[in-house]
Amino acid sequence: MRTLEQTTEEILNLAATHFKVPREKLSADDDFFKKLGIDSLQALEMLTRLESHFGIELPDYEMQGVTDFRTLASRIQSRL
Amino acid sequence: MLDLSKYESLGAALREALERWPGEICLIEADRERENCRLTYRQFKEAALPLARALQQAGFGAGDRAAIIMTNQSKWLISAYAIFYCGGVLVPLDYKLNAAEHLQLLAHSKARVLIVEYPFWRAITQSPAFGEFRARTVLVTEGPTDTDLAGAKRWEEARGTSEPEFHARSRKDWAAIVYSSGTGGRPKGCVMTHENYLEQCVALTALYPFWPGVRYLSILPTNHAIDFMVGFIGPFTCGATVVHLRTLRPEYVREAFLRYKITYVTLVPLVLKNLQKGLQARVDALPPAKRRIFYALRRLNKLLTQHKPKLWLSRRLLPQIHQAFGGELRAIIVGGAFTEPDAIRFFYDLGIIVVNAYGLSEACTGITANHADFFRADTVGKPLPGIEVRIENPDLDGIGEVCVRGKTVMSHYLDDPDLTAETIVDGWLHTGDLGRLDATGHLQLFGRKKNMIVTAEGKNIYPEDIENAFEGVPVKEYCVFAANYLWPQRTMVGEQLVIVLRPESGQQVSNSVRAELDSRNRRLLNYKRISGYVIWDEDFPRTASLKIKRGVLAEQIRARLDRSAVVPL
Repeated sequence: MRTLEQTTEEILNLAATHFKVPREKLSADDDFFKKLGIDSLQALEMLTRLESHFGIELPDYEMQGVTDFRTLASRIQSRL
Repeated sequence: MLDLSKYESLGAALREALERWPGEICLIEADRERENCRLTYRQFKEAALPLARALQQAGFGAGDRAAIIMTNQSKWLISAYAIFYCGGVLVPLDYKLNAAEHLQLLAHSKARVLIVEYPFWRAITQSPAFGEFRARTVLVTEGPTDTDLAGAKRWEEARGTSEPEFHARSRKDWAAIVYSSGTGGRPKGCVMTHENYLEQCVALTALYPFWPGVRYLSILPTNHAIDFMVGFIGPFTCGATVVHLRTLRPEYVREAFLRYKITYVTLVPLVLKNLQKGLQARVDALPPAKRRIFYALRRLNKLLTQHKPKLWLSRRLLPQIHQAFGGELRAIIVGGAFTEPDAIRFFYDLGIIVVNAYGLSEACTGITANHADFFRADTVGKPLPGIEVRIENPDLDGIGEVCVRGKTVMSHYLDDPDLTAETIVDGWLHTGDLGRLDATGHLQLFGRKKNMIVTAEGKNIYPEDIENAFEGVPVKEYCVFAANYLWPQRTMVGEQLVIVLRPESGQQVSNSVRAELDSRNRRLLNYKRISGYVIWDEDFPRTASLKIKRGVLAEQIRARLDRSAVVPL
């Protein structure tokens, strides 16, 4: 079972790769809309990648109001 | 042309539709690559009537109000029909609001029944304001079997045992209360009559008809005025099929076009742009020789369709593009926000018709729409049949406030006679949008007169609704404005909100104030955030009851500062 820290780290790695951003520029409390320069649809695309990585399903509305990697990680963690 | 003149209510029109096409598919519910359900009109009726009976047995009757908080799914439409069957007034709420906002609108609407998906109900029951909740009957869909539902009943078990009684309504009776905004200080509940919807349905289907076999892809939220009309009332009264997709993820939207051979879809500009990006990426990935052939065929298509679309021809010239949309797409309707002409032109050059339309919740969805046979990317089209549009106080360029009159204009704002009187004057709905009618009667939009923005996701954001988020920021006073309201621009894209800060005497706006603004901003949904701040060195003008005189303040700011005064956040 992953810890929340591990889940967060994996999300940051995946986001950095997917959006071609240096990993060291991302941190858990970053607002991913602002830091990655993405819109809500791109955030949903990222969610699909995360689902397949973690082997879970998250409905779109679970992303509602989520803007930072740490909160996203806790939503994912609760389904692992 | 669809004739609904014999019907007095939505319930009556829908009831007859369910009888007329019993074997046709009315509803498909898909989630990602799965299909959750597929219902004929007969099966839809068989699902809805026991629910109507259960509502009646719980004391729900004609004129009572019932709210729905659900994502797009079959139970949304089944519940709405059951409510109309009982003669009830539907209150469709945006599932994307938070629990406190839901509770506020439930209280404002005085909903007696709430039909809600389990995750939203759970959030409502956990809200500190749950004590104010007053609905007598709550039906929860998809609730886990071993969970306490806090007094609610399971939707799936709400099935009355005898035949429900159909309650007839008249055209002037209320059909729905639709919130166009109002999670802040002043909820704007548009009271829509049965006549509003019946007339809107006739007007829209005159341009874009439905018939059995047509498949409409519903991805905009059904609580939104557009999807409620073109993703429910329109197709159902004509025997067509609605395909609900329970996700907005681009990859599944693309798949749904293919799998269900979609005829029509309505999108907001953000999704249209995403589809455009996806198509362009596919073209860019072609080997150079194939790419040259593609561009040559696109030029040919453009030449042959410059005056009028020829779908059959475009489908032959550019088969791969059209197959990517399922091969049977007749039109993409865009609305909810301003769409840039370049995006519309991109699709039109490929033979895919994008219909640019314009509407408001207050006008029951559509006011104008372009005709698919006469391509115009630079306008939002001509007024729909039966709807009058005039430009009030036009300037030298003919630009003034867009005003609308007709049977689709709402009855009034719920419990707000002052706002109603300001908005509907002598039967003319004042939209707050600035536009011009050209020589051919097409409406062109140029900006807003009102203090609000619309995002590319089709979200209307009123500054007053987000001001609470900044309560406690350490300045003397503050006020949020749409930047285009302070400094009018002839554009409807890239609209932003700014906060005007009035510091205490001698106070500098320090890094800690900025950090506080940033932190408050981050608590807002991304599309509700302010983009910068303006420092203002005078006290705000206020009314006798101490409300900020926003119009006066905006004039003062406009006279002394320009956009360069905005400090980005």
